[in-house]
Amino acid sequence: MNREKVVFAFFIVLALTLNVGFVVGDVDNPGHHEVVELFLAIVVSLICTVLKFGDRSHLGALMLATSLVADLQLIAAASIWGYHAQISAAGVTGDAMASIVSFAAGALVANVISVVLLVIETVLVRR
Amino acid sequence: MNTLLYIMLRRLRLPLIVLILVYAVSILGLVIIPGQDDQGQPWRMGFFHAFYFVSFMGSTIGFGEIPYPFTDAQRMWTLVCIYSTVVAWLYAIGSTLAIIQDAGFQRLIRTRRFAQQVRTLEESFYLVCGYGTTGREVVTGLERRGVRSVVIDIRQERLDQLGLEEFALPAFSLCADASLPDNLALAGLSKPNCLGVLALTDQDNVNLAIAIASKLVLPKRMVISRSENVITSANLASFGTDLIIDPFQQFAEYFGLAVHRPHQHLVVDWLLNPQHRPLSSIYKHSHGRWILCGFGRFGKALYDALKSEATEITLIEPDASRVNSGMDHVNGVGTEAVTLDAARVNEAVGIIAGTANDADNLSIIMTARQMNPKLITVVRQNHAANELMFANSKSDFVMQPGHTVATKILGHIRTPLLQLFLQQLQTQDEVWAHTLMNRISQSVGDERLDSRSFKICTDQTPALIDAIESGAKLTLRTLMKRPYDRKAALDCFPLMLKRDEEITLTPGELHELQSGDELLFCGRTNDLNDQLWILENQQTLNYVLTGVDDNPNPLLRWIRNLKV
Repeated sequence: MNREKVVFAFFIVLALTLNVGFVVGDVDNPGHHEVVELFLAIVVSLICTVLKFGDRSHLGALMLATSLVADLQLIAAASIWGYHAQISAAGVTGDAMASIVSFAAGALVANVISVVLLVIETVLVRR
Repeated sequence: MNTLLYIMLRRLRLPLIVLILVYAVSILGLVIIPGQDDQGQPWRMGFFHAFYFVSFMGSTIGFGEIPYPFTDAQRMWTLVCIYSTVVAWLYAIGSTLAIIQDAGFQRLIRTRRFAQQVRTLEESFYLVCGYGTTGREVVTGLERRGVRSVVIDIRQERLDQLGLEEFALPAFSLCADASLPDNLALAGLSKPNCLGVLALTDQDNVNLAIAIASKLVLPKRMVISRSENVITSANLASFGTDLIIDPFQQFAEYFGLAVHRPHQHLVVDWLLNPQHRPLSSIYKHSHGRWILCGFGRFGKALYDALKSEATEITLIEPDASRVNSGMDHVNGVGTEAVTLDAARVNEAVGIIAGTANDADNLSIIMTARQMNPKLITVVRQNHAANELMFANSKSDFVMQPGHTVATKILGHIRTPLLQLFLQQLQTQDEVWAHTLMNRISQSVGDERLDSRSFKICTDQTPALIDAIESGAKLTLRTLMKRPYDRKAALDCFPLMLKRDEEITLTPGELHELQSGDELLFCGRTNDLNDQLWILENQQTLNYVLTGVDDNPNPLLRWIRNLKV
């Protein structure tokens, strides 16, 4: 067993699960989406990105790209949330929540691809 | 993607993760710990404010406790955050600096810069492998002629020295093993504007590898290689290396010439060497017995060269096993009077201090000169750094093998016909060489002798070709007149004319020129440059031939004919 691989897989899967946890629920219902979960999703996603640094293989480059996409989407979601919560007069409304969740859902797709690539890599190595 | 960036990112993985985690935990803590607003009501900090606060705290900017003054619990947590973020930052910045200063990383940066410089180089250049005494002199010589060099050497100290040279055309250098084709490729081996490859390292197999690589990539490009043994030389010759130089052999021949055929030697020296010897330096009494100190590779080559002309030689060598029986041999280094006495220094005409140790060599000639002031002293200089000592040694002849090789290479690069001429020279006798030397001396005095070769063809001599095609009779005399005063002669004369395979040495002034002739001229540098006018400019040629300075431009002719 390779400890490095465990840590790597752990963070990638954790990024996906946190993302799913945040997205699940009604799109426009602020009560269904937890801000802490979004925060954790962002942190884990950033760690994933750093873990993927420096791999020069083609698969490695692809994984880094998916991670960067996830980061971008999640940070966009967080920024929208910050804008509505702190600056906008209306606060976090149903519409605002819908756009936040849709951004996070985009990140979810990127995270799914990331996990799929991880599985592919594992299969390739095991063969 | 960029290799440098990859390496940097990979090494920064841990510091970056630590930084992210410290920030995440700090922010989360601030969000979780309950606070109070300005009315004393329970209040929780949002992620927005927490991120804002940690950002300015972590970077030690410190705007204060916002948006409301902190409770004690929050302050306690902030204390933890302050120290942990500072440590995390220090760790990250320290790691980045360590990577940048890392020797391997620096080498990578240098290699990349070198590859970039060579890749974008558009002018012609020579690839010089090995920057020792010879390499240094060749690079300097090339630079003086306005040709750039790209240098590879395995030792960084030598390249540091190259970096200190004040060149108008700085040479590009790479510290790498030149025997690896990858490194040669980085240095522009496959670029069409690489005029030639000079393999000048002191390792024969490295030189061999370089020569082979170059001949495989571009078979027609010039390759000059140094070689220290016969087997390598034969190998190099087998795949068409253009010039193979054995430094020991080369110097031995050069020196043998000085002893046996002083005038021929002087001709060679003047043609090849910018700082040539004065005419008066010719040895007057070179017949007799010589003493040779040191019988290594160098001594052997010298011994053979001198022996071939039946000169008597006494050897002084501490290692008796090197000496064959039947040779006149004295055991010792030669620095002590006893040894020199045993070698009968009083009756000898000359002494050659040819050991591999510079201090020993100087000591030998100083002791020997005290014992026999009339002795011709020849001393071998091994290290370029000892220049000053040898210049002051007052010895008749300082031999620098690296220097001999370098002048030969530069001569070859400058005028390819020169090599052919030097070969022809060896077939001539001393009287002929003496006559030639007198002529050279009349022509340039004690100034520097330059040489230039050209072929009568459309590319090199357009004016001559036009004249020959229109039926004019051109003789060599035409090429030796001053372009602005046809009654005076240029200080230069033809050394050799090559027509197909037929070679004429010092052709006469009335020799008629044909298209396709190859000519080698020697003379003052300025006069050779003036000669270019006759070769290239039709109007100048016309003036030199007929004395009429006729301008083909009707407008200019009209202006000149205006009677004002």
